Amino acid sequence: MRGRVTFRSGILVLAFVAAAAWVVPYAWMVLTSFKTLQEIVQHPLAPLPEHLDGAAYREVFAAIPVGRYMAVTVAMALSIAVAQIALALPAGYALAKLRFVGKGFAFGVVLACLLVPAQATFVPVFLMFAKARMVDTMTALVLPFAASALGTFLVRQALTSVPDEIIEAARMDGASEWAIVYRVLGPMLKPTIVSLFLVSFVFHYNDYFWPLVMTTDDSVRTLPLGVALLREQGTGVRWHIVMAGNVVLSAPVLALFAIAQKHLVSAATPRA
Amino acid sequence: MSPRSRWHPWVMLGPTLALLVLFFVVPIGVAVYESFFSWDLLTPARFVGGENYAALSAHGHLLGIAGRTIAYSAIVVAGTVSLGLALALLLDRPGRVFAWVRASIFSAYVVSWVSVALLWMWMLDGNGGVVGRALRGLGAGPVSLLGSVHAALPTLAVVGIWKLTGYAMIVFLAGLQSVPPALLEAAALDGAGPWSRFRHVTLPLLAPTSAFVATTSLVTSFQAFDVVRIMTQGGPARATELFVYAIYEQVFLDLSVGKASALTVVFFVLLLALAALQLRAWSARMGVDR
Repeated sequence: MRGRVTFRSGILVLAFVAAAAWVVPYAWMVLTSFKTLQEIVQHPLAPLPEHLDGAAYREVFAAIPVGRYMAVTVAMALSIAVAQIALALPAGYALAKLRFVGKGFAFGVVLACLLVPAQATFVPVFLMFAKARMVDTMTALVLPFAASALGTFLVRQALTSVPDEIIEAARMDGASEWAIVYRVLGPMLKPTIVSLFLVSFVFHYNDYFWPLVMTTDDSVRTLPLGVALLREQGTGVRWHIVMAGNVVLSAPVLALFAIAQKHLVSAATPRA
Repeated sequence: MSPRSRWHPWVMLGPTLALLVLFFVVPIGVAVYESFFSWDLLTPARFVGGENYAALSAHGHLLGIAGRTIAYSAIVVAGTVSLGLALALLLDRPGRVFAWVRASIFSAYVVSWVSVALLWMWMLDGNGGVVGRALRGLGAGPVSLLGSVHAALPTLAVVGIWKLTGYAMIVFLAGLQSVPPALLEAAALDGAGPWSRFRHVTLPLLAPTSAFVATTSLVTSFQAFDVVRIMTQGGPARATELFVYAIYEQVFLDLSVGKASALTVVFFVLLLALAALQLRAWSARMGVDR
């Protein structure tokens, strides 16, 4: 009996140690963001700020146009997520349900693209956009990701378990193919589509790499770039400002995670 | 089912196929082509044959980049798989406390690499960083981890582990659900203790899950860029120059399109090798799920 109690409290202690390894850094970020430069220099390890000072946040908003960067970031991530779903539904339908010559080839292209990350294509794609004078445009940020090999694949997989009779019945009722794809099958795939949307949105909201290589000026700069710039501009120890920017950048994602935790977790563990 | 019209499948697939070919297939061809030229984006390109590849191979430059990328990935994979499994076993318990701990660990996977990189730069700071100060207290001296030729790469890898462990844990937790309790009970009746139950029942059943987690985090860490760009810019003395960062450097800092393309081609070939590994691991996992 006694051994069991010790075991249980041992487990709890370990769980709290694990939680601390992840929560303490977040807490340090938030606490630092409310400090002043003087506090950071003079008492760097004092856990709590002397008083809640919002100066660092005001400095972030003065240093970078947070509102515009946020708007660009959300517009980009939203466009990509919506486009991916709009294109993956008909493409997945054709691959899962329709019989046609060249289907194996088309599916092969989709599968092959699953294996090619943007990190292996950015040099040539940058050259292509440079030639078309489209660097620093929303198009260069969105278009390369408008079609998702993974999304197409997941929609196709989900549709294979939808019985053909549903489609036949809809055809008998006179529904067009587009109505079948978007109005009949779309709602049936809601769990897949919600996961796809969230994962895609969060990934591209967070993305640093692509906006970095596809932009050379401020015209379509995204928030992750802006926040990273806060540190590059900062000479010395302006960490309270960098951490304030970091809170602004990560808070929306953490809030989304808190709301949609189930979807994000289930999306991370795909059932093949 | 037969399509209503012969061109329906192609209208539906058209936009997707066109975009995928334009942005994922054609670029590989362009990279191969450009890798045989010397071009600085300003003056006309000049055909140089295999010179770019030769220049990269000289002085062990390419080997160094590949070696560092593999070393970084190896540490990240070993760390995420072992820590992810350990945390899954620890936290696979009912109750709100454990759910909260699981969520806090997984949250790092959802937050951006930029946030994580900046957060850890500050944590490691020798003056105001919690970890940096602790290390100084332990007598590590004022040398910063990110400024040390030997410590910088492992430090970046630890940051990668912190970011990805939550993902590994979640996949392992899902894997644990597929371990039949009856099997564990039977082993217990046969006198197997907790350790031998884990060693001989749970662990073998989790083998496909482990392979899945390992290959996924391998491919992810092979493409690492953000931590390098933000935390070290490849330094000190190239100690953290990983593959994608090296390509970025060649094209945007050295304006050498040819060399960047040659590096891209080599990187792509390595990714294909990893993909072959991944396909084997994934099909094994699917085989168990069915």
